[in-house]
Amino acid sequence: MSHDLTRLTASALAEKLRTREVSSLEAVDAHLDRIAAVDPDVHAFLHVAADQARATARAIDARRASGDLSADETGAARGGSASELAGVPIAIKDVLCTIDMPSTAGSKILEGWVPPYDATVVAKLRRAGLIPLGKTNMDEFAMGSSTEHSAYGPTHNPWDLDRIPGGSGGGSAAAVAAFEAPLALGSDTGGSIRQPAAVTGSVGVKPTYGGVSRYGAIALASSLDQVGPVSRTVLDAALLHDVIGGHDARDSTSLRDEWPSFAAAAREGAATRSLKGLKVGIVKELQGDGFQKGVTQRFEEAVALLTAAGAEVIEVSTPSFEYAISAYYLILPAEASSNLAKFDSVRFGLRVNPPGGGTVEDVMSATREAGFGPEVKRRIILGTYALSAGYYDAYYGSAQKVRTLIQRDFARVFADVDVLVSPSAPTTAFKLGEKLDDPLAMYLNDLTTIPANLAGVPGISLPVGLAPEDGLPVGIQFMAPAREDARLYKLGATLEALLEEKRGHPLLSEAPDLAPQEMFASEEGAV
Amino acid sequence: MAKPALMPYEKAIELYEPVLGFEVHVELNTKTKMFSDAPNFFGGEPNTNVTPVDLGLPGSLPVVNEQAVKYAISLGLALGCSIAPSSRFARKNYFYPDLAKNYQISQFDEPIAFTGSVEVELPDGRLFTVPIERAHMEEDAGKLTHVGGATGRIQGAEYSLVDYNRAGVPLVEIVTDIIYGAEGDAPELAKAYVSTIRDIVVALGISDAKMERGNLRCDANISLRPRTAPGEPPAKLGTRTETKNVNSLRSVERAIRYEIQRQAAILEGGGTIIQETRHWHEDTGQTSAGRPKSDADDYRYFPEPDLLPVVPSLELIEVLRAGLPEAPVARRRRLKADWGFTDLEFQDVVNSGLLTEIVETTKAGASAQSARKWWTGEIARIANQRGVDASSLVSPLHVSELIALVESGTLTDRLARQVLEGVIEGEGTPDEVVAGRGLAVVSDDGALIAAIDEALAAQPDVLAKIRDGKVQAAGAVIGAVMKAMKGQADAARVRELVLERASA
Repeated sequence: MSHDLTRLTASALAEKLRTREVSSLEAVDAHLDRIAAVDPDVHAFLHVAADQARATARAIDARRASGDLSADETGAARGGSASELAGVPIAIKDVLCTIDMPSTAGSKILEGWVPPYDATVVAKLRRAGLIPLGKTNMDEFAMGSSTEHSAYGPTHNPWDLDRIPGGSGGGSAAAVAAFEAPLALGSDTGGSIRQPAAVTGSVGVKPTYGGVSRYGAIALASSLDQVGPVSRTVLDAALLHDVIGGHDARDSTSLRDEWPSFAAAAREGAATRSLKGLKVGIVKELQGDGFQKGVTQRFEEAVALLTAAGAEVIEVSTPSFEYAISAYYLILPAEASSNLAKFDSVRFGLRVNPPGGGTVEDVMSATREAGFGPEVKRRIILGTYALSAGYYDAYYGSAQKVRTLIQRDFARVFADVDVLVSPSAPTTAFKLGEKLDDPLAMYLNDLTTIPANLAGVPGISLPVGLAPEDGLPVGIQFMAPAREDARLYKLGATLEALLEEKRGHPLLSEAPDLAPQEMFASEEGAV
Repeated sequence: MAKPALMPYEKAIELYEPVLGFEVHVELNTKTKMFSDAPNFFGGEPNTNVTPVDLGLPGSLPVVNEQAVKYAISLGLALGCSIAPSSRFARKNYFYPDLAKNYQISQFDEPIAFTGSVEVELPDGRLFTVPIERAHMEEDAGKLTHVGGATGRIQGAEYSLVDYNRAGVPLVEIVTDIIYGAEGDAPELAKAYVSTIRDIVVALGISDAKMERGNLRCDANISLRPRTAPGEPPAKLGTRTETKNVNSLRSVERAIRYEIQRQAAILEGGGTIIQETRHWHEDTGQTSAGRPKSDADDYRYFPEPDLLPVVPSLELIEVLRAGLPEAPVARRRRLKADWGFTDLEFQDVVNSGLLTEIVETTKAGASAQSARKWWTGEIARIANQRGVDASSLVSPLHVSELIALVESGTLTDRLARQVLEGVIEGEGTPDEVVAGRGLAVVSDDGALIAAIDEALAAQPDVLAKIRDGKVQAAGAVIGAVMKAMKGQADAARVRELVLERASA
């Protein structure tokens, strides 16, 4: 029973909760059991809030029993879309502030820090009745593509525990792919939602910049960061996006748009399954050399499905994408070097007193030396350099110009096509340790996802199959013009339905079952 | 502190041309802070008027205070500046615990207001145009208290306490262009400039503008360059110093004069001026070396990615322009006419930097002449004695109340001076001081008559003289009565009553 509950998609679980076939407490318990069973191997979670989750579940169950779930929670206020998810458990990336759980962003410098407030997205989750299970692992301050830069040890890919689950949000993606949580929140600065989704066979969306509040998301690079959903289906991501999206007066960069229901878009896409009239552009610069053979193969098969469903697929060129990684690795470190300056031990977090005391500068220095990992230091140094007098124009300044060119490339191709498509990542999940000593190789893994962040446009990654050569998941990425997130959900749900029709089952059902049978055996044995 | 050599001022000016520049920080009196909804109020319990934003907590984000932007635009317009159709905030990065984020949100290459000028009036009535380079918005830093050192400064302190109540208070920084041509009037010009800025922000109602409380702060840049023979090109600019901690109009003038004399002595001795900040000491009347400041200070400015550009509508700018108070010089002319002051009286007011105080005092109900008399008289005298600005001693409202008490006959001038003293000592409003000290004039004739009868009885010879028509003899009795009344009687009324009782 409990095993079955963890296999449900969020929307299916929500339906059972609504009909009171299962209780929220049962759902939470099932997931807590699953976490207890598999997380010692996967290490998706940095913190599990079992007691709080159960208490919240009981409260939701009681309110549902008394017919007391608010309109927001039942979704009535939003045309039945927004909180169908009441009572559904969710995992939260540790970059997001939570008033009742430590929020470390995967860093020692924030070990044990419990914020005095909830991130806006977390507050919205709670209002909608979702139940936080805990905080998920990530590369320190979201710097990385493998979670190997977490100060608390790496997360393992549920498809192959010797491989990386992607990063920085490897914890959220692995939790979802390992059935530890039906939903998770991630943050995407250069692919940290989409690339982990791709290599774990889950769905991840980076919304339009400004579509989801950043208030309470511990900043990596403010002009690139965006919070978004991680799930096992496109519809689930859309349902979660409906909950967390919208304007927030606390985030000046958040858009004031009235957003359509993304869940409605996903449902429409799954129902119609026709792509007639849709123009899809294959990005020439995001394929070919450097892309794993099986990745290209599954990608092309998926594109063929699009064509078969009536889409017009053409190749488009975005020449400036060639410089995207270079620009990204100047803009991101520049902003990060400033954003991370606050970690100085004065008001919060770790404090290291140098031997024999010292000045405030000595304390700051000793704290940062001890509290930051090597990748964080590398990027702080890079960014400090890029912003320094005499180098600013050559580095940060040039990078901003490239960013403008990339935005123009997007604008130009979006005049011709409705969406762009590419593989979500050049390769399937690589082995833990494989690229740890080669930062450039690690950076190149984000080649496909970075342009969307630089331009602020939305992107989605969904699984299209397993690469024949290694049996690991391959993801496809769609990008749409800013504010057109709904287009991605509709198209994503169509492709997902077509793939499932062809395959006969969801891709994730092919993932190895990590639940060690011995656990049940030993429980029985204990009886 | 060793006393540095100073060149006599006149000689310094003869040999060198002083070149000036000012950065004036104006704290805006908005309800909330520049980027958070914490109350814009400091003082009180440290670290109480703070939000996650002011504490720089991870995940927190700034949001621009719209009122502060309006105030900054008004101030820019009042300074004759152009208002940028789009201006940007930037981060000024530096590690120091007075800002929890370790960067200050300021404006750098795109200030909200730029290129203006302000006319100021020198003590002799000449007008001088001070060129304004820019006015930009930024957030104030927290307040550090250094504990354990002898000087209260960071050097030698055992530890420092940080109060973030002030962190995030909205500021507008007004930066002048290089000011040439002040010549020997440089100190007076400096004072007149800061005084004019104060008048402007008070007239706009955008700041409390109390220098002693740091609402208005002036950093004074000064350098000297040797004079060249007529026909020769001017010498290149000398190295400048930036004097901080100049917390009164009086200090502005003194600090500039001091720096001119100090720099001249160094240059004359063949030395070089070190580019540095100088710390003004009000008590010793000297500056001391602060931190070295080079043009290469690298704050790694870059556009603040958490904020959108500030794009005020033309309509808003015009609305704010229409609401501007009149320009300082025009205002001064009007006030002089309205108040009917003589040239000398008016100049005295302007030179004392008390224009604003008198305006405010008259607004509170007093006549301009009484307001002038009190401000440039007794209050200025006490201020001088204490080495502070008159405006820091007492509020215009209290002065107006004091004047009303004199005019209603409740206080004599002499009693009023005692009440003023009480108000300055923080004993409360004039009414409260009158009550607290029991200082009101005894207007009860019965009490006076009793005292008079007693005095007359004690001095029968005087009584006889008065009855003989030697009225001036009454003085002795009046004196005795005033003494008995502890001065709290109207002497004229006492005299009337003495004559009345003597002839009774």
